[in-house]
Amino acid sequence: IMCASTKYNTRGPALIPRMKTKHRIYYITLFSIVLLGLIATGMFQFWPHSIESSSDWTVEKRSVHDVPVVKLPADSPIPERGDLSCRMHTCFDVYRCGFNPKNKIKVYIYSLKKYVDEFGASVSNTISREYNELLTAISDSEFYTDDVNRACLFVPSIDVLNQNVLRIKETAQALAQLSRWDRGTNHLLFNMLPGGPPDYNTALDVPRDRALLAGGGFSTWTYRQGYDVSIPVYSPLSAEVDLPERGPGPRRYFILSSQMALHPEYQAELEALQAENGESVLILDKCTNLSDGVRAVRKRCYKNQVFDYPQVLQESTFCVVLRGARLGQAVLSDVLQAGCVPVIIADSYILPFSEVLDWKRASVVIPEEKMPEMYSILQSIPQRQIEEMQRQARWFWEAYFRSMKAIALATLQIINDRIYPYAAISYEEWNDPPAVKWSSVSNPLFLPLIPPQSQGFTAVVLTYDRVESLFRVITEVSKVPSLSKLLVVWNNQNKNPPEDSLWPKIRVPLKVVRTAENKLSNRFFPYDEIETEAVLAIDDDIIMLTSDELQFGYEVWREFPDRLVGYPGRLHLWDHEMNKWKYESEWTNEVSMVLTGAAFYHKYFNYLYTYKMPGDIKNWVDAHMNCEDIAMNFLVANVTGKSVIKVTPRKKFKCPECTAIDGLSLDQTHMVERSECINKFASVFGTMPLKVVEHRADPVLYKDDFPEKLKSFPNIGSL
Amino acid sequence: MQTRKKYIFLTFLASWLLIFFFGGDQLRRFAFFSGRKAEARRNWPHWTDRSLLKNFADPEELQRDGDPSLLSPQERRAAWLSVYKSSRCRMESCFDFSRCERNGFKVFTYPRERDQPISESYGKILASIERSRYYTPKPEEACLFILSIDTLDRDHLSAQYVRDVDEKIRGFPLWNGGQNHLIFNLYSGTWPNYTGDLGFDIGQAILAKASFDTESFRPGFDVSIPLFSKDHPQRGGERGWLSQDSVPPKKKYLLVFKGKRYLTGIGSGTRNALHHIHNGKDIISLTTCKHGKDWEKHKDTRCDKDNVDYEKFDYQELLHNSTFCIVPRGRRLGSFRFLEALQAACIPVLLSDGWELPFAEAIDWSKAAVVGSERLLLQIPSAIRCIHPEHVLAFQQQTQFLWDAYFSSVDKIVHTTLEIIKDRLSPHRSRSRFLWNTLPGGLLVLPNFSTHPGDFPFYYLQHGSSPSEKFTAFIRVVSQAGSLSQPILRLIQAISGSQYCAQILVLWSCEKPPPPSGKWPQTTVPLTIIQGRKKLSDRFFPYTAIQTDAVLSLDEHTSLSTSEVDFAFVVWRSFPERIVGFPALSHFWDPEQGRWGYTSKWTNELSIVLTAAAFYHRYYHSLFTEYLPEGLRDLVDGLSACEDILMNVLVAAVTKLPPIKVTQRKQHKETVPQQVKGTAGAAGSRHFSQRQDCLNQLVDWFGYMPLVSSQLRLDPVLFKDQVSVLRKKYPRLERP
Repeated sequence: IMCASTKYNTRGPALIPRMKTKHRIYYITLFSIVLLGLIATGMFQFWPHSIESSSDWTVEKRSVHDVPVVKLPADSPIPERGDLSCRMHTCFDVYRCGFNPKNKIKVYIYSLKKYVDEFGASVSNTISREYNELLTAISDSEFYTDDVNRACLFVPSIDVLNQNVLRIKETAQALAQLSRWDRGTNHLLFNMLPGGPPDYNTALDVPRDRALLAGGGFSTWTYRQGYDVSIPVYSPLSAEVDLPERGPGPRRYFILSSQMALHPEYQAELEALQAENGESVLILDKCTNLSDGVRAVRKRCYKNQVFDYPQVLQESTFCVVLRGARLGQAVLSDVLQAGCVPVIIADSYILPFSEVLDWKRASVVIPEEKMPEMYSILQSIPQRQIEEMQRQARWFWEAYFRSMKAIALATLQIINDRIYPYAAISYEEWNDPPAVKWSSVSNPLFLPLIPPQSQGFTAVVLTYDRVESLFRVITEVSKVPSLSKLLVVWNNQNKNPPEDSLWPKIRVPLKVVRTAENKLSNRFFPYDEIETEAVLAIDDDIIMLTSDELQFGYEVWREFPDRLVGYPGRLHLWDHEMNKWKYESEWTNEVSMVLTGAAFYHKYFNYLYTYKMPGDIKNWVDAHMNCEDIAMNFLVANVTGKSVIKVTPRKKFKCPECTAIDGLSLDQTHMVERSECINKFASVFGTMPLKVVEHRADPVLYKDDFPEKLKSFPNIGSL
Repeated sequence: MQTRKKYIFLTFLASWLLIFFFGGDQLRRFAFFSGRKAEARRNWPHWTDRSLLKNFADPEELQRDGDPSLLSPQERRAAWLSVYKSSRCRMESCFDFSRCERNGFKVFTYPRERDQPISESYGKILASIERSRYYTPKPEEACLFILSIDTLDRDHLSAQYVRDVDEKIRGFPLWNGGQNHLIFNLYSGTWPNYTGDLGFDIGQAILAKASFDTESFRPGFDVSIPLFSKDHPQRGGERGWLSQDSVPPKKKYLLVFKGKRYLTGIGSGTRNALHHIHNGKDIISLTTCKHGKDWEKHKDTRCDKDNVDYEKFDYQELLHNSTFCIVPRGRRLGSFRFLEALQAACIPVLLSDGWELPFAEAIDWSKAAVVGSERLLLQIPSAIRCIHPEHVLAFQQQTQFLWDAYFSSVDKIVHTTLEIIKDRLSPHRSRSRFLWNTLPGGLLVLPNFSTHPGDFPFYYLQHGSSPSEKFTAFIRVVSQAGSLSQPILRLIQAISGSQYCAQILVLWSCEKPPPPSGKWPQTTVPLTIIQGRKKLSDRFFPYTAIQTDAVLSLDEHTSLSTSEVDFAFVVWRSFPERIVGFPALSHFWDPEQGRWGYTSKWTNELSIVLTAAAFYHRYYHSLFTEYLPEGLRDLVDGLSACEDILMNVLVAAVTKLPPIKVTQRKQHKETVPQQVKGTAGAAGSRHFSQRQDCLNQLVDWFGYMPLVSSQLRLDPVLFKDQVSVLRKKYPRLERP
């Protein structure tokens, strides 16, 4: 703690000498003229160009029917079939991607053409609405480039989303004549409905050589792990129906099946399930007697009851997603949208984006053979987990299923992560819904390490000009066995530190660093001189701590290296009358902060304080010359989610809160200021990270009836 | 003065304006204004008729994806069995799940044949399985089978190569085409191509192999294991080398490599290029051509100079002092180097294209290693220089976690393999990737207990939840009296007075039946009697009656006050993964006798908190009963007062942290150990020496000493402070 009296002294002289008013006006005018001039020139010179380069201006406005027609000769080459042994290191030309500081791949899209065979019959629909949306999304994304020579990945504009609406051989010929085809190297195809009768292959049948396939409905036998990307089958209902998110919790039905035209064998199994478990299982099918104008896709029936689809999905906890002729089903998207937990029954199916998404958190996968046990399996899942799965399911839909754009960008990101693995998106970023990202804590010092005692600690003393007191602190602290270095941060720019010969002679190295500006944050700077993990921050007037107390504090810190371990404790309280936080320094049974006038902590937090402090807190603290300790408490608690450790009994510290020079009034101003800090920081952090605890750490034998000389730390709590 | 300044300013201003008004055009053509920006970026067109485009599929067609003419699901599955064999095996097509349904996941090892020598490593693998909780000696109840033929080294030039494996396995009646078999292999193929060839037909067996390449790896079926040396410890294993977390990393070197350079043959592409990134300062990449018999025959101009440099650096020293370590492919894809770097907290930079990384089905390697591309070797230095110091710190810690959780001993490698296979059997009861990649790791998380992170003591912070606000008191009664003694009545009163108590369970482990319900004291919380099976390990059985996260474990003789219980519980909620309690012991190494000892005397340290009065998470009951092998529980049942030591050892092995002792009133400083048996003297000392035996046997089982010492005790904030008792929340703790 910095004493209030010094605090005002340490503020130092005013930095800007006051100018005479007349000159000030003159300078201001001059300055504004220069500024205005600059702005004006900027506007004139660069305005039109910035408009020119914005995308709206240049986008072509044409009809799909106007695109050039390409005639494919019957004997034009056909690519090889897909090579099942392809992997990124064998079939992908990584040299096209190169190293770039943004770590983004460049994606080129071929321009749209209409392909016809020799007789002028078209090969496929020119482009579907969904594929157009997908290409638009890529074009609008950061991945896009219009320069074919700089591209790392090529996306043909030939629409192969649905294999059923295209002619396989001719589509393959169309691919082969693309200008950069080169056996399909670095080409990416999107397909959602693969295969066709009678065998329904699980991957696109169009011969495509080395091209990567983003496919919906891969089985484990056709999916080339680490090369292909498994994508969802998009459900156009996503765009059509707005299902507001429903809070997690129990629903009317436990299991619901909404798919039409299921195989009779599955149908029989589901009905058996319903017969056994009654009304909690609802098996819907198509409606037979719908009036005209009602779309069958939006209705489902059970006996005579009619239900709205997909709304009905929100009425159930679990929704069955069975395989049909294909493995990938659009219903999965509807189910996720409804926040219903999908029960996936499709052996060998590669779930969408399974390379990055942890489906165990959002779905239940049940082997087909275990269908009869479905009910008991689902019943064994704890309610809490079901609720999280419901939330997770909805989040997956929102982030990766809801639009063609989401599907396209997730696919490109996955490929991007393979090419720049060291800049890849983490598991948490892919999988944690925003609410979890917000409430969970990932401690940067997560490994349970007890640092070796031999390392010792570095004491950092922030001082302004109280040399006498400083020297006493140095002498006292140097008696602590584990002290390995002493660092004095000389915060007074107007005065030189005392000469070397005047400093106390101590057994460890003593370094003085001079600061450029008198700022409180200098105390938390990660100086290179600090070579130990442990830092003892200590004020230049804390002389009442005994060597045992400091050594014990260091031992406690070793057991809790990710926490602030300090001596005087403080508490934050909610003031119900004022409806805000209040700072408390009385004798309380709880602590939530320790003062950094004497506290051990990990050097890493210096780094965080200096470079990663949220918002304007750091500047605010420097400007107010107060509350740097509260800021540190907030920072550490926020990043680790853990409480502070207060060590040893309370002592009378020389501090503004206990012995203010001006008596009560100054004391109160100080408390008000500190309360303000807490409120300010809580609003910047967006939460109250401080944790309240009721314990403090004492030596094992503290105050025990035992000979003092046999205790490791006898001199604790003495005044 | 002033006027001069004014003119200077005016001139300055004027010149600026001039530059911009007249020179703007030229400026624009300069550097970044010029070039492509002036041209239009050709984006994907906004078609005027885009709203008229057809859907990619008819919505109804999307919802009715059936074709009744297709094979029925059963027929399809039957067809798989015949189509997807050997190299296309998957669990669905090559594994008989029904074998695992009756008796659960049981593993059988073939009896070893006398005349069949096996290598040290394979012996360790078999020993690991036989010691595990999944082992069964009966083939008829087994789900998985392990051969006794050593298949680790399948390089036919090697001395340990076993011949005629095909013939041998065909003679095994249990072989059944390899179905439900697990085959371990470390080396396959031989010079010059080092293919994945094993020299025998594994049929439908699962292959757990080192240096697996992604092409021959059967996803979801095979398991990629790390290459380990024959000196790899059976159990326990060395700890990682990271002793401090520093930001920025304070190591002498950024990136190091020291190893062979192949001038020809497979793998030479990368090994031959590694010297290019050496800069002699923070990147040390040393290669030698001096290996093999005829190295001089192939030697090139670099060799002699390289060999000299090579000798200047010590491999171990480089490993210790570098932030990143290059782990390139050798002749095979994996190398010892990988585990060495992992242990050394030297972040592996993998240059081994097409290597299926060890346990990649469970482990997220992107959190612990940099997966480089052999083709982009020269980009590696700049790529790793761009990695942020915070990420480096996270990487380093993750290497240590993974090393310790899955790799540091043969036991761990084998058990990880088994758990990965077990997880496939019931996908709904398996570990999520989060559980595998977060401390304490997948082996210590039992999916049978729960698959929800909030149910375990380890994930409250990451999960953003907190432990339940009530506890279950669990009192063990062993005394022979048959009636209720005064101490237990007082104890029940004190416990039920706690505002945090949800229920009291009494484990009645006496010969005589428990007194009728009328004899038990009336309490505000429910009191339930559980009839024990008179085994000491019973007290840690995961009784379904325990529904709260916290368990307060008590002995009948324990004397506690309500405020002690309240305070201890509040402390436990801050440390839910640890044991928090009252009477403590401290272990030590006795150099004279060469064994571990412990003392209950007053000491300045503690490492064991007795479960006669302690809070801990109920999950530890499940770990104790289901994770520990049966042999260990039998050991504990045979020794007196060993079960609470085992519990402490277990929790310390899981958390790597000491237990927490909280304030205790003076009078019961000697609750243990004498009171447990109620006799003093000879019996007491025998009891004491048994405990010492216990500790040493446990250390032997675990392979190392897991206990960690602590020098502190947690007291209430105002404990014995000079302030009015009226202000104190726990004044009763201070009464003498």
